[in-house]
Parts: sequence; structure tokens; C-alpha cells
Amino acid sequence: MTELASRPRHTRRIGALRLGVRSMVVAYLGAFVLLPLSAVLKVGFSKGLWGFAQAILTPDAIAALWLTLQTSLAMAAINALLGTWIAYALARVNFPGRTLVNALIDLPFAIPTLVTGVMLVVLFGPQSSFGLWFGEHGVRIMYARPGIVLALLFVTLPFVVRTVQPVLYEMDIANEEAAITLGASPFLAFRKVTLPGLWPAIRTGTLLSFSRALGEFGSVVIVSGNIPRRTLTAAVLIYGEIESGRPEAAAAVSAVLLAVAFMSIVLVENFQRGGLPRELA
Amino acid sequence: MSLREPGVVVVWTDSIRPSAAPSGAGVSVRPRGREWSKLARRAVLLGVPLGYLALLLVGPLIAVVRGSLADGIPAFFDAVTSPDALHAFLMTLGMSGLAIVLNTVFGVAIAWTICRDRFVGRSLLGGLVDLPFAVSPVVVGLMAMLLFGRHGWFGPLLKQAGIKVIFSWPGMALVTTFVSLPCVVREVTPVLEEIGLGEEEAARILGASPAQTFLRVVLPNIRWGIAYGIVLTAARTLGEFGGVLLVSGGLAGKTETATLLIYRQLEERHDTSAHAVAVVLACVSITILVVMDWLKRRRDRDLRDVGS
Amino acid sequence: MSIEVRGLYKAFGSYVAVKDVSFAMRPGEVAALLGPSGSGKSTVLRMIAGLELPDRGQIVIDGVDSTWQTAETRGVGFVFQHYALFRHMTVAENIAFGLRIRKVARPEIDERVKELLGLIQLSGFAERYPNQLSGGQRQRVALARALATKPKVLLLDEPFGALDAQVREELRTWLRRLHDEVRMTTLLVTHDQEEAMDLADRIVVLNGGAVEQEGTPSEIYDSPRTPFVASFIGSSNRLEGRIVGGRTELEGQDLGWPEHVEGATAETRVDAFVRPHDIEVKASPAAGSRGISAAVVRTTRLGWQVKMELQLPSGRTLTVQCGKEQADALGVRPGDPVVLQLRRAQIFAHGAAALPDLSGLGAAARDISGLGGSATAG
Repeated sequence: MTELASRPRHTRRIGALRLGVRSMVVAYLGAFVLLPLSAVLKVGFSKGLWGFAQAILTPDAIAALWLTLQTSLAMAAINALLGTWIAYALARVNFPGRTLVNALIDLPFAIPTLVTGVMLVVLFGPQSSFGLWFGEHGVRIMYARPGIVLALLFVTLPFVVRTVQPVLYEMDIANEEAAITLGASPFLAFRKVTLPGLWPAIRTGTLLSFSRALGEFGSVVIVSGNIPRRTLTAAVLIYGEIESGRPEAAAAVSAVLLAVAFMSIVLVENFQRGGLPRELA
Repeated sequence: MSLREPGVVVVWTDSIRPSAAPSGAGVSVRPRGREWSKLARRAVLLGVPLGYLALLLVGPLIAVVRGSLADGIPAFFDAVTSPDALHAFLMTLGMSGLAIVLNTVFGVAIAWTICRDRFVGRSLLGGLVDLPFAVSPVVVGLMAMLLFGRHGWFGPLLKQAGIKVIFSWPGMALVTTFVSLPCVVREVTPVLEEIGLGEEEAARILGASPAQTFLRVVLPNIRWGIAYGIVLTAARTLGEFGGVLLVSGGLAGKTETATLLIYRQLEERHDTSAHAVAVVLACVSITILVVMDWLKRRRDRDLRDVGS
Repeated sequence: MSIEVRGLYKAFGSYVAVKDVSFAMRPGEVAALLGPSGSGKSTVLRMIAGLELPDRGQIVIDGVDSTWQTAETRGVGFVFQHYALFRHMTVAENIAFGLRIRKVARPEIDERVKELLGLIQLSGFAERYPNQLSGGQRQRVALARALATKPKVLLLDEPFGALDAQVREELRTWLRRLHDEVRMTTLLVTHDQEEAMDLADRIVVLNGGAVEQEGTPSEIYDSPRTPFVASFIGSSNRLEGRIVGGRTELEGQDLGWPEHVEGATAETRVDAFVRPHDIEVKASPAAGSRGISAAVVRTTRLGWQVKMELQLPSGRTLTVQCGKEQADALGVRPGDPVVLQLRRAQIFAHGAAALPDLSGLGAAARDISGLGGSATAG
């Protein structure tokens, strides 16, 4: 038997079309994503590590970053709870208008963030009935932290709901019902039977909403009042620095925001890989 | 000791029939009391989320509509049909359209490469695609300025060529395209994965070239995913603000989008006009939302029906 | 119209799917690649189709070396386990696909589609969509689609694997009749032995990426050449033993045969495979003969057959099948001692893939009925 040839080099070639598409894709993403990112990082560190630290460690910047973190975390906690609640109500209770409410959940994805800010100010601002009532009790909603959290809640509403919903649909309600027939109260049944399976989805959704909230600008710039060190978030600070002609400082703060956001995304990716099989069990 | 009523199915045997007269001990159940508590539970279960949604989503919408009509209907129409407003709408439309075209073509190509192509570094692509979603719009604007501004990396080059990117529409287009980059990709990728290779392999064996396979077999299969992605792109680009705010220079009638117009009017204390334009945007958004919902159902139904 | 495959080797990373596969098909015949999952049979088929490229080896289709040819140009027909019908095209459009790619004229296409629809007995279904068809119907459409372009060979990858048992049977019959009509060289991949035996003129048994045996269904069944084939095909009982001093001892009992063995002088450990219907059960040994003693564990009635479970002194259990009359004549009950005589057994030395070393023994092993018969009284 003659020597059977091994695969010739030329067949390792890929079709011209495939190669073309691949290069186009790499070029597009490289130019559109990698390039801008490296620009920010380079400029942010253009004055070296020391310059970077200087830009970050100003009182305004520290306050802004801290405020951003606080408000985003507060929003994430509320969203985790209420988002799951909403998802549960939609999945388990058949009420009139359910389809409509379900569709409404996606509203924050559709509405411009600026318009969100405007709407919230109209409804909760100092001139409105809400604002006046709360004002009498010494609570300021708009142009204060609560307003920021409210805006963030609006903008990230779909994240938790939409990640938890599919998991709930997949789960068999029979498990909860079984627990109830065994003597558990409905809430206990939910806590012990359903909730464990929902954790990965809740975690993912919360992380997504958190990373989204970190960089939120359009609604926050309207509702917060932008008072430095009080209601000035990192994103608005960046805007201010750019307008004041300090791109390096802006880039430095941006780098911090980006880093935190990326970490959340990475966590989400990792969780998704480990989390999904369990839910379907 | 009292029996808890099962939440779902109740089977009564003679020995545990509910007694009309409640007794202190023994096996007795009060259906009426139970029903009220069940109703109350349901009310809380539904009431809280619905109340929350009403307050957070619906309330503000109603409020802004009322605010926009504060000066009457004619003023509303003036505000939304003024030359500035019309130009702004046109600008928004143009930016959206461009972003849609670019991100659909490249989006499908990217989704294809992620799902079907095999090469070193492919897994990085997925992460790169998600990046624009994680970046704050103002940072996007900053990036654009750092690259294409007067002192940017390409600044001198552009100046030589006489092309103005920042403070002109190309810059805005770039920003708008960047922020909506993931939309189509993220909708097409799962559809491609779900559908699988089978049909494509069948087409190849039947003699179709890669291009023919793509046009005749793959494209029809992903069309609802693409449609949904386009609608998401439209929604995202319609509302783009932070990035274009930095990059446009805010020249009314020249580089102002609808969102920038609203912002300027708020700054100039023309609240009612701002609200009017906001209401128009909100209406368009709601229309987009309706289309989104319909498309989502179409796409899911498509995937469900046509199992292999 | 013929396929020849030589020395195929394919690895996916560190996993070797196909180690060394060679076989040849004759024009117009139906051959089956039979083996358990992981045997590499689907990979071989896909390499023939061009969906995968081998790392080493050669594939010759119709005399043309097609090893490195792209799938689009090979001119083979392929039917997938999960149909892979184009979900957004009608049945007619699906079938016409290959012809439209080849830019065949419209009227000709319509003609051919009509012809094929008649062939697959789905004439009224031209405008239906795949999701409106049953599994069996979809597979028929897939077949028509593959045949439309008059390919040189037809490749089927577990074509009935996704269907119910009854539909599988129907389609199997139907495919056989179709082949009688069309006479196309067909290569079928399956893990279902019955299917392979029923449809194929020749079977290639694969295991772990290599060919265990190639032959007609009878050859494979009656004369397995390796322990794997013996145990995989049909049902067999496995007995352990050794050959010492030229005599065969199974399960500790000297069977007295064969009378002579060439070559095997040292003690050799062997495995024997015996079919359930090749074991004769006797209440007591006939004079002068030797058999294997065992005890009855259970008898089960299966229609006209009786299945007996027997236990050997070594603890191993055997299954014996015989007719109802024989079992009644025997009249044994659970717990009764019996003697077993083997009519026919395939004996393999440990570590031997096939029999060549023990040719003398092998010849004896293939048919010991004569020996048994002569050594026993009945």
C-alpha cells in the first residue's frame, strides 16, 4: 500500500468569503471597540500612575465615585427584590392586563434616558404634588439622592425581571404546590423551593443592572441637580471635566468606571456558565 | 390542631368535612376566613409590583403629557413643528438610520463569525461585542474626542484632509453607531445557535456555495432576530444623549438631535416645549415598544414551531 | 457509483475518532456502517460527504480521488438523522433546492419534483412546510431532496434514529423497496443491528474508530471474527476457559474437544461466545459425552419460545433459547441440575483480535456440532 498522504497544506485554506468576513469583523470590532478603549486608557494614564491618582483622588472625584457606587448598590438591592417580585407575579398570577404589563416592562429599553429624567422630575419634582407632600415631611426626592436611585431604578427595571422570568417559566409550579400540600405556607414554599433555583438569574440580572447604572447619564443629569460632592455622579463629573477642558482627568475617572463595569460583566459571564444547568434541574 | 388547607387541590372525605360551627380543637377548617386571607395574599402579591410599576413607569408618562399640554394644544404643536424641532427629528432619524444600516450588516457578520467560524481569539469577540453596553455614554463621547478631536490621535490627519468629525455629524454618527453596536449581534447570535448547523450542511452538500447557503438558508432563518435587533437599535439610537451631547457642539439647526433639543430647551427654561418634544419621543418609543413586543413573539413562535 | 475508503484517520484535538478505516463498496449495493456510539461511524460518513476532512487517508468516489474536495462539489446525496429540512421553504422548494443551485430550467425542476413526490408518496404535499409534516414524512422529503440531483452515492446518517419504532419499520421497508427501484449505491450509518441486517448487502462493523469485521449479514452473525463482533451482534453468552494440552476447558469443565489443535501447545486462556439457541440442554449427560453442568434458575415463556436462565458452578449465568416443545420435553423446574452441550461456539484466545493464530482451533471452533455429535450419543 502506498504511503497515504497527510492533509495537504492547501486545504487548510479557508474559503475566500469566510476569510473576508472574518477580517471585516475583526477590523470593525478592533477599530470600533479596541481603539477607543485604548485611547481612554492611554490618556487616563498619560500623566503616569501619579497623574492618574491625582485625578482620581480629588475630593470631587472621590465623592462622585462614592456616590455612584452607593446609588448603584442601593438601586441594585431594590431591583433584586422588586424585579423578582414582578417576575413572579407575571409568571404565576393570571390577572387581567397581564400581557400589557408584561410588554410595559420593556419600556425603559425604549424610552430615551433624557426623557426618563424629564418625566421623573415632572412627577416627583418640588413643584409636583408628590414633591410637595414629601417636602412637607422633610424628604427631597428630586435634586437629591432618592431621585438618583429612582432614575436608576427606572432605567434598569427590565434587567432583573427579564433574566428571572424565563427561569420561572421553565420551573414547574408543581414543586411549589407539592410543598404547600405538605404544609408549607405559600411564601415558605417560594423561599425554600423556588428561590434557590432563581438565585443565579437574580444574581445575573442584578449585576447587569448594577453595571448599567454605573455609567447612567441622561436621566441622572436631569434629576440629580448635579451638586458637586452631594449629587454629582461619576458620569456627570466626567462630562464636567471634558467641558472644562480637562480630558485627562475625565479619562482617569472613566477608566475607573470602565474597570468596575467590566468586572461586573466578567462576573456575569462566569456566573452564566456555572449557573444555567442548575436552574433547569 | 388545625389542618392547613392545601393551596391548590382540596379533597374532602367525610371525616374532614368542614364543620359549620367552628370548634376550638379538632379538625376544622374555616373556608371563609381562609378565602379572605388568600385574597389578601393575592392582593399583596399583585398589588406591590403593580403599584410599583404604576408609580415608576406609568405615572411619569402621564405627568409629562400633562406638563406638555400646560400651555394648551396649539403651543404643543408649535413646539413640535418648529424648524428647530423638525430639523432635530430629521437629525435623529438620520443618525438612527445610519447606525441601523452599519450595525445590521456588521452585526450579522459578527454573529456569524462568533457562531460558525473557528479561529484563535474567537472567544474574545463575544466580550468585545458586549463592551459598548457597559460603557457610559459620556465616556463614549470622550473616546470620540480623544480619537478624532483637534488634539486627538487622528486630529492632525483629519485636519489635513479637511474632514471635521467632532462637532459635526460624522462624530455623532460614530457615537450613535458605537452605543448600539451590540443590539443586532446579541439578537442574532442565539438564533443562529438555536437553529444549528444542520440546514447549512445540507445546503452545502446539495451544492450551494457559502454565499448561496447564507443568502438562501441562513438569512431567512434569522430574519426575525435581525428585525428585533434593528428595532432595539432604533430605540437605543433614538434616545442617545450623553455621547452626542459631548460630540455635537450643540449648534441648533445644524447638529442638534431631538434629545439635544430637549436638553437645550430645559436649559433655556422652555419647559413646556421641552416636554412637548419629550412626549413626541415617548410616543415614538412606545410605538417601538409595541413593535418590539410583537416581533419578540413572532421570533419565539418561529423558533418554537419549526423544530427539527 | 462506488466508494472506496483507505486508511482514514481523524482526530478532534486529542480525541481520535477514526483510527484506521478502510473498506470498499460495489456499485449499486447497500452497505451499512454498524457500531456503538463513539465508534466513529458518523465521522467516517461525514468525511465521505466532505463535511469533515480527514487528517490522513484517501476517499475515492467513482474512481475520483475526492479526499480533499469541498462538500459542494462531491455530488453525493446526504440524509441527516434530524432531517435538516429548510424550515422556511415548502416541501417542493426543499426538493428543488439542489436543482435550483445548478440553474436547471424551471419546467425541468417542476417535472423532477413531481416525479420525486410521487416516488416518496407525498404527491399532495408540495406546498406544505416541514413543520406541518410528521417525522416520517420529513425524512422522506429529505430523501427526495437528496435524490433530486441524481447523486453518485447516497449517504444516510442514522436516518431513522429520530423516529418511533413503528415508523422506523415502515420506512425501513419503504427504503428497501426504493433501493430495489433506483439501485443507487447507498451507505448507511446505524447503531441498530436489525436495521443493518435488514437493509444492507454488506456490513462494516466499527468499534473505537477501527474496522472489526466486514462481511454479509450472515457472515457477521454466524462467523464473528473478533470478540467484539461476537458480543455486539445478536445476543451471546460469554464463557471463560482455557486450552491446555490440546483440549478445551470451559468454565472449569473439560469438554474433550477438539481432538487436536495445531500450534497451541502452551496453556492459552480463551473466551467463548455461544448463541442462546446454540446451547442444548439435557437433563443428564448422554453416555460418553461431556458437557457443562448447570442449574436452572428460571424459565420464561415468550410466545413460541422458551428462555431459560441457567447458573454455572462458577456463578456465571447463561441464557438459553429453545422451542416450547423441547422445553416441555425436558420438563425442568427451577433448581434442577442440567447438562449443557454447545452446538457451536466462537472461541478467541485472550488478547487475540481474531482467530488466525489458532487456525486449527478456529476451524474446529466454527463448527463443533460434528464433534459434539460424534462424541455423544445424542
